[in-house]
Amino acid sequence: MNELSLKPPMTPGCDEPTVLRERGQREVFCGLTGIIWMHRKIQDAFFLIIGSRTCAHLMQSAAGVMIFAEPRFATAIIEERDLAGMADANEELDRVVTRLLDRRPDIKLLFLVGSCPSEVIKLDLSRASQRLSAQLSPKVRVLNYSGSGIETTFTQGEDACLAALVPSLPAEAADSAPSLMVVGALADVVEDQFDRMFKAMGLDNVRFLPSGSADNLPPVGPNTHYLLAQPFLADTAWHLEDRGAKRIAAPFPLGEEGTTLWLQAAARTFGVSDEVFESVTAPGRERARRAMAHQSERLTGKRIFFFPDSQLEIPLARFLSREMGMVPVEVGTPYMHREHLAEELDMLPAGVRLSEGQDVDKQLDRCHADAPDLVVCGLGLANPLEAEGIATKWSIELLFTPIQGYEQAGDLAELFARPLVRRTRLEV
Amino acid sequence: MKLTVWTYEGPPHVGAMRIATAMKDVHYILHAPQGDTYADLLFTMIERRKTRPPVTYTTFQARDLGSDTAELFKTACKDAVERFKPQAILVGASCTAELIQDDPAGLSKALNLDIPVVPLELPSYQRKENWGAAETFYQMVRVITGAHAPAPGAERPERSADRPPSCNILGGTALGFRHRDDVIEVRRLLDALGVAVNVIAPWEATPADLARLGDADFNVVLYPEIAEPAARWLEKTFKQPRTKTIPVGVGGTRDFLREVAGLAGMDPDKAVETAESRLPWYARSVDSNYLTGKRVFVFGEANRAVAIARVAKEELGFEVVGLGCYNREFARDIRDAAATYGVEPLISDDYLEVEEKIAESQPEMVLGTQMERHIAKRLGIPCAVISAPVHVQDFPARFSPQMGFEGANVLFDTLVHPLMMGLEEHLLGMFRGDFEFNDEASPSHYGHVSGGVTHPAPQTAESVGETQIKVLAGAPEAPVADQPVAAPGEPVWDQSAEKELKKIPFFVRGKARRNTEIYAKESGVATITVETLYDAKAHFGK
Repeated sequence: MNELSLKPPMTPGCDEPTVLRERGQREVFCGLTGIIWMHRKIQDAFFLIIGSRTCAHLMQSAAGVMIFAEPRFATAIIEERDLAGMADANEELDRVVTRLLDRRPDIKLLFLVGSCPSEVIKLDLSRASQRLSAQLSPKVRVLNYSGSGIETTFTQGEDACLAALVPSLPAEAADSAPSLMVVGALADVVEDQFDRMFKAMGLDNVRFLPSGSADNLPPVGPNTHYLLAQPFLADTAWHLEDRGAKRIAAPFPLGEEGTTLWLQAAARTFGVSDEVFESVTAPGRERARRAMAHQSERLTGKRIFFFPDSQLEIPLARFLSREMGMVPVEVGTPYMHREHLAEELDMLPAGVRLSEGQDVDKQLDRCHADAPDLVVCGLGLANPLEAEGIATKWSIELLFTPIQGYEQAGDLAELFARPLVRRTRLEV
Repeated sequence: MKLTVWTYEGPPHVGAMRIATAMKDVHYILHAPQGDTYADLLFTMIERRKTRPPVTYTTFQARDLGSDTAELFKTACKDAVERFKPQAILVGASCTAELIQDDPAGLSKALNLDIPVVPLELPSYQRKENWGAAETFYQMVRVITGAHAPAPGAERPERSADRPPSCNILGGTALGFRHRDDVIEVRRLLDALGVAVNVIAPWEATPADLARLGDADFNVVLYPEIAEPAARWLEKTFKQPRTKTIPVGVGGTRDFLREVAGLAGMDPDKAVETAESRLPWYARSVDSNYLTGKRVFVFGEANRAVAIARVAKEELGFEVVGLGCYNREFARDIRDAAATYGVEPLISDDYLEVEEKIAESQPEMVLGTQMERHIAKRLGIPCAVISAPVHVQDFPARFSPQMGFEGANVLFDTLVHPLMMGLEEHLLGMFRGDFEFNDEASPSHYGHVSGGVTHPAPQTAESVGETQIKVLAGAPEAPVADQPVAAPGEPVWDQSAEKELKKIPFFVRGKARRNTEIYAKESGVATITVETLYDAKAHFGK
C-alpha cells in the first residue's frame, strides 16, 4: 500500500456543513489568557495588561502566577483617579513602565495589552507604545495589541499578539530563496521535531513565529511561504499577506494524518520529492500510529461533544473521528475561519452538528439531550458536568500540552482517553 | 494606575458572586463581557462545587457597544428568570459594564418582575472582593428582610419565656476560607449552649430565609469583613445585638461563648464549663517546649490575622514579630493589635512589600495566605496558611474548621506541623556529625521543603490545583538567586568561620549566617572569623 494514499474526504467539498450560529451567553476566556503561554514562548518579552482588578484576578486564577518566582506579565490596574481624569493616563503608564523595566532589565520586548476597560475608555495604546518605543529603543521595543474580551476569545489573544509582531518583522531580501515560516506558538519540543523533519527534507530556510527571543524574529517578504500551525491565526495571516507572504493551505498537524498532510503541503510547495518525503516521515508516521493504537480501543465508537473554546475544536474533531473512530455529536467553536479550515471541514463526517458562537444554557440543554460519552469544555463547566455523571476533558489542557506532530499523536489521544479510563478505575 | 502581579482580593463583583453562590434560589445577572466568565472556575475548580454558580453574564461584545447592550441585559435578565425561577435576583455590572453605564437597576425594574430585585452598585475601580461581598449581603438584607421591618422606633417585644433564645449565624459565603466547616462547628457550640439557630446566612439560605432574619434575638457575626454592614443594619432596624468576638482559638472561643451567653440572657461562666479542646494540653506537653518564643510573622485577612496572632502568642507561646493585613477596611484593628505586640503594623496589598517585611523581621515561621506560603518557600521558612484568599488546598476533604474548639485543635496542628518536632530537633543536633546523616537530608516533617534552611526551596508546584496550573503554564521560572554573593562593602567569611558555620544545625544556619553578617556590618568587621561568629551569637542570644 502506498503510504501516501490517504483516505478520501468523507464529505464532498460541495456539501457545505450546516452551522448553528448562536448569540447568547458565552462561557469562554478572553484573549488575555493567551499571555500565559505566549510569555513562556517569547522568553525576553513582558506583557503588561492595562486593565482592571478583574484582569489581574483572571490572570492569577487561570495561570496560578504564584508558582512563578516573578512572572513576565503584570497588570497596570486602572483606578478611579485615572477614570476621573485626575491622573494623566499616559504619564501613569510611563511611570508604571519605568518601574517595571527597572526591575526587569532583561526585558527586550514589551507588549502593552489592551483589555475591556481600556478599550471602552478608548485608551490609545498604539500611540502610547510608539511614544514609549521612541524613548526606550533600541534597548526595549514596545508593541501593543488588544486581548480584550469584547474583541477576542481565548486563543485570539495569540493571534492579536502575533499580528502585532508581524509589521516589525525584518524584511526578507527580495532575491532570497523561498523560505518557510511556521506560524503559531508550538512547544519547543514540537518545534524542534518539525525543524528536524523539514531539514531532513532539504528545507534549510525554515523559521518559526513566534521565536524564542525578540532579537531573533523571522524575516518576511514575497518569497515567504507561511504554514499555520494553529487554526486561530486569522489576523496574523492577514498581516503576513500584507507583507507579501503566501499561505500554504493545509489541515492542522494533529494526529498522524493531520501531521502528514500538513508536512506534505509544505513539502510540495518546496518541491520535495515523494520519495524523500516518504523516507523522512515514515518512521514518525509509524510511531504515531503505534502510539495511537494504545488508545483506539478506548475511544472507538465513543460520542464526543465540544463546547466552544480554543478554535481547535474542528481539527480535533477531525482527528478523533478519522483516526480514533470517535463520533462527534456537536462541534462548537467560538469562531470559524472558513478559509483556514477548508481542508478540515472537508474531512469532518457528514451530518455532524457544527455550532459557532454560544448560548451556553441552550448548549447545555443539547448536551444533556445528546448524552455524549465525553464532553470537551472549559473549567467553569467541567466539574458540574462530571457531577452529573458526564465525563469531561478540560479544553484548556489542549493549549498547554504539546499535542502537534507525530511524537505527540499518542499523547493527544491519551488526553481524551484518560477521563474515560479513570471512570473505569474508580470503584467508589 | 497600580502595577500588580498578584492580588489578594478579586474585584467586587466576585464578592457578589460569593454571596449569590452561597445562597439558594438566588440568581445574579451580571452585565459583563465574556472574559469575566472565568470567575465560574473559582467556584467549580477551587471550591469543587458541583453546580455552576447561579450567574448569567450578558457577555456583550465590541459590536454591541453603543447599540443594544441595554437590550442585551434585559433579554439576559428575562431569560434567566424564566429558566432558573429564582426567588430573588441580584443585578449589577462588572468593571467594564460599569463604564458603559447601562443602569442594570433601572433596566431590571422596567421588566416588572414579580420577584424581589436587588440592584448592586459595586464601584470596581475603588473597591475589592470583600467589600463587594459585604455590600451585596447588606443590600439583600435591606431589600428582603427590610420588607418585614418593624416601624421605626418600635421596641423589640420581649422573648417569651417558653421559647429558647435564638440567633442568626451571619457571614458564611462560597469560596470562603473554611466557612463550610466553621458554620457547622459554631452551630454545634450554639446547640450545646441551648441557643436556637434561626437562620444561617448567606450560607445555603434562601431569600425566604432572609425574610425571617428578624425573628432571632441576636446575630452571630462570624466574618465581619462580610457580615458587619448587614449586622449593623439589623441591629439598628430590628434591635438585634450582634457578637463582636470571633471564635478562633481556645481563648477566642471562650470569650465568644461568654458573649453569646450574655446576649442570650444565660450565665456566661456556665457557658464555658463544658468547653473542651486538646490545644491547652498539647501546648503544655513537653514536646511543645520547643515552640517557646518561636518568631512568627502573621499576615492575612485582618480579622483572621488578629485572631491568629492571639492564638500564636497566648496559646502556643510564640513571639509575634510581625502582623499585617491586606484589607484596608480593617486596618484599625490591625494597628491596635500590633501595638499590643509591640510590632509595626503592615497594611498592604502589595505582596512584594509583604515579602520584604517578612524577610526583614527574620521570622522562624510565617502564618499567612497562600501567597505568604510561596514567599516563605522562597525564604526557606516554614509556613502555615491561615487566611483567604483561597486555594484548592483550603477546601480539604476532611472536616477542618478554624473556629470553635475543634477549630482550635485544627489550628494546633496547622501551626505546629510545619515546624520540626521538639525531639526530632534534638536528635538532629545530636547526630549531625554522623556519617549517615547529612545536611541535605530533610526532616520528614518538613514535607515538601527539601534541603536545609539555607537552600531556597525549589519553585515547584505541588498541589492539585497547581499541578493543573503547571500544565497550563509550562515549567516554572527559574528560582530567585541562591546565596547572595558578597557585595562590595559586605563582610566576607574566612575559611575557618565558614567551616564552623557548617557545624551549626542547618535549620538555624541561615539565621546564624544573617545575624553574623548583620553583626559584622554593624561593628565594622570586614572579615568574619570564628570569633565574630560567636560574638554575634552572644549578641543576638535569646
